[in-house]
Amino acid sequence: MIRKPETFDEMLADPHTARSPYSAYFNWFGSENLKHLRRKSADAEAFFRRIGITFNVYGQDEADERLIPFDIVPRIIAADEWTRLERGTEQRVRAINAFLHDIYHRQEIIRAGRIPREIIAGNAAYLPEMIGVDPPGGVYTHVVGVDLVRTGENDFFVLEDNARTPSGVSYMLENRETMLQMFPELFTQLRVRPVSRYPQLLRRSLADCAPPGFSGGKPTVAVLTPGIHNSAYFEHSFLADQMGAELVESQDLRIENGRVVMRTTEGYHPIDVLYRRVDDEYLDPLTFNPESLLGVPGIMDVYRAGNITIANAPGTGIADDKALYSYMPEIVEFYTGESAILKNVPTWRCSEADSLAYVLENLKDLVVKEVHGSGGYGMLVGPAASKKELAAFEAKLRARPGNYIAQPTLALSTVPILTKSGLAPRHVDLRPFVLVSPDRIDMTPGGLTRVALKKGSLVVNSSQGGGTKDTWVLEG
Amino acid sequence: MMLGKTAGGLFWMFRYLERAENTARLLEAGWRIALTRSGAAPGEWQSVIATAGMTSAYLAEHETYDAAQVIDFLLRGKSNPSSVLNSLASARSNARTVRTALSSEVWEATNECWMEAKSILSRPISERNLHDTLAKIRFRSAVVRGALHGTMLRNDIFSFARLGTFIERSDNTARILDVKYYVLLPSASLVGTMIDNAQWETILRSVSAEQSYHWLNGGQTSPLGIADFLILDRRMPRSLSFCCLKIADNLAQLEQEYDSRKECHDMSDEICNRMFGSTIETIFEGGLHEFLSKSIADMGQLATLIEADYRFYR
Repeated sequence: MIRKPETFDEMLADPHTARSPYSAYFNWFGSENLKHLRRKSADAEAFFRRIGITFNVYGQDEADERLIPFDIVPRIIAADEWTRLERGTEQRVRAINAFLHDIYHRQEIIRAGRIPREIIAGNAAYLPEMIGVDPPGGVYTHVVGVDLVRTGENDFFVLEDNARTPSGVSYMLENRETMLQMFPELFTQLRVRPVSRYPQLLRRSLADCAPPGFSGGKPTVAVLTPGIHNSAYFEHSFLADQMGAELVESQDLRIENGRVVMRTTEGYHPIDVLYRRVDDEYLDPLTFNPESLLGVPGIMDVYRAGNITIANAPGTGIADDKALYSYMPEIVEFYTGESAILKNVPTWRCSEADSLAYVLENLKDLVVKEVHGSGGYGMLVGPAASKKELAAFEAKLRARPGNYIAQPTLALSTVPILTKSGLAPRHVDLRPFVLVSPDRIDMTPGGLTRVALKKGSLVVNSSQGGGTKDTWVLEG
Repeated sequence: MMLGKTAGGLFWMFRYLERAENTARLLEAGWRIALTRSGAAPGEWQSVIATAGMTSAYLAEHETYDAAQVIDFLLRGKSNPSSVLNSLASARSNARTVRTALSSEVWEATNECWMEAKSILSRPISERNLHDTLAKIRFRSAVVRGALHGTMLRNDIFSFARLGTFIERSDNTARILDVKYYVLLPSASLVGTMIDNAQWETILRSVSAEQSYHWLNGGQTSPLGIADFLILDRRMPRSLSFCCLKIADNLAQLEQEYDSRKECHDMSDEICNRMFGSTIETIFEGGLHEFLSKSIADMGQLATLIEADYRFYR
């Protein structure tokens, strides 16, 4: 394997020239005073604290609310670049929904021999309870967050499909609010496509998927949160607020006459659509984890009877499972009849002997991920690891090879952040948010740009010291 | 219609905000007395703790009623759930759970109030800085109230917020009077010593009413007058009557909005009838302490009924 080539910087073509999407911003930046900008940056932090855009870090004191660091240099995407991403993402999301329907019904893709049966049958993310179930409106993944990375002018890769309960959209919205307040003049110079319609679109997508016989008038939509101590609680309450939906917890809900109802000041009221931010495992203690206090006992029966919409549908995790990721190009082709517009990152499945041998030999150049891990936990970044860490990981790989996949260390593109001494390049990724309705797919122009704040680091996760940037998609 | 949990969260958010303010007022009054009449200070601090309903919690940690210890206990005592800091933290935590019911201005004001309190109260406050500290906290909580009045719809959300405020306030005023009821009795007024005058002044100061009382009474201070003012005067925003009226108004709003009358409405009517059927003379005849004890118990029961009728928890 070849060690990482030169990094692609999205802003600068050379130290003095900006790439075209950034040229107006770069000129503006050149005329600004660094001290003044640093002050703005501190203002932004105060603004986030006041609004309460905080998250709780797992394993830390519950009272310890942290801010995700925000960088005031925007990430800018040209109209034509975006159009391609949009087409590719839409194609992928369509394929994911077709795949989920198939895998819980006739399993044509397995019959056709395009993916191995074992990968489904032995997978914890595959829920037999969903076999033969038709989600209202035919939609499985109402919200998808597709993680994209870039390595060159025309090279975008999908790193991960988040088809369960992707988070981060509140940062997309609040980052933009912050930028609008701090740099109104920039928005009059550059034509940036707005992101603010997302909550209304989400509400509409969810309502459009209400069960056919819903209670009449406007469907009742509620957001199910694990509670105030959850790391993403801010986002749950933010989205409920922006959509005009109720924010409910397990204790507010019960089953009555075959419906899921919420306790209100006027008695129990049925819910038509539940946008749940609780994992499958905890959704229904009668069906899944019996210890769960976060779900609603019996909700799966109501769901199977077609009396509530659960968004995203239970069992969608099989589509973003890392063991399945390497089959995504096949999956896209199988269901859309076209080859995938967005590339996959080459992936070695360590369950296969040849791959394992290769991975062990090249460990120091690879990124190794746990098949069921998320949030950057349990991951090895070969080039950044010490000899000791490499050895420890090698032992883990040998013990349970099926638990891991490996990918080349991509030279993720960089976008500058503002540091004490001015602009400095840092690696980024991008999570656009895609909404699926029975008749439509909407992708908000922008998304969440995550940035590794440490020089040279490739890990952008907020739980591992990453920050965020506002993402600007320019009008065509 | 709203979630029962949300109604409960709003109710408690505003109870805690009111409680923080009341504790701040109590402290201010105690501090004032201690400054001007140093001989009366320890007794004054003792009754401040008693009014806050914290005597046993305080004595579990301290042996004497020392100014610095009382101030610290009431402002930021870890073991005191009603300390200013803990009350504001509870208010803010409730606000987080009901954030979808609050205007962004109310939420931000609450969050800022808590952030400022947390930062000022991160270390002990000296007597010298007490006044400024309390002024800042009062200012911040006034901003929350201003945002509530200026930006919230007058619907069930508003009613639950106001119910919390007035139930807490009524409880607080009744406690202040009850801890000091003996200095208001006719027998005590005969004594007419400096100490008693100081006590009357504290009572008025504890509810920020010394100025308005003097406006209305032209400088004539009498125990009967003070009791009348704090119990029956409907112009006085911290009097028991005023609180009763506001509670009845807000319950009537809910009755109308939900088109449903509950047990708490009957209880509230009963409390109002008793209050408005009294004169200060009949109250003293029947026993001031007995009247206040019943007021406190009635409000407690009313709060329990509201909680059940609107399904805060079940």
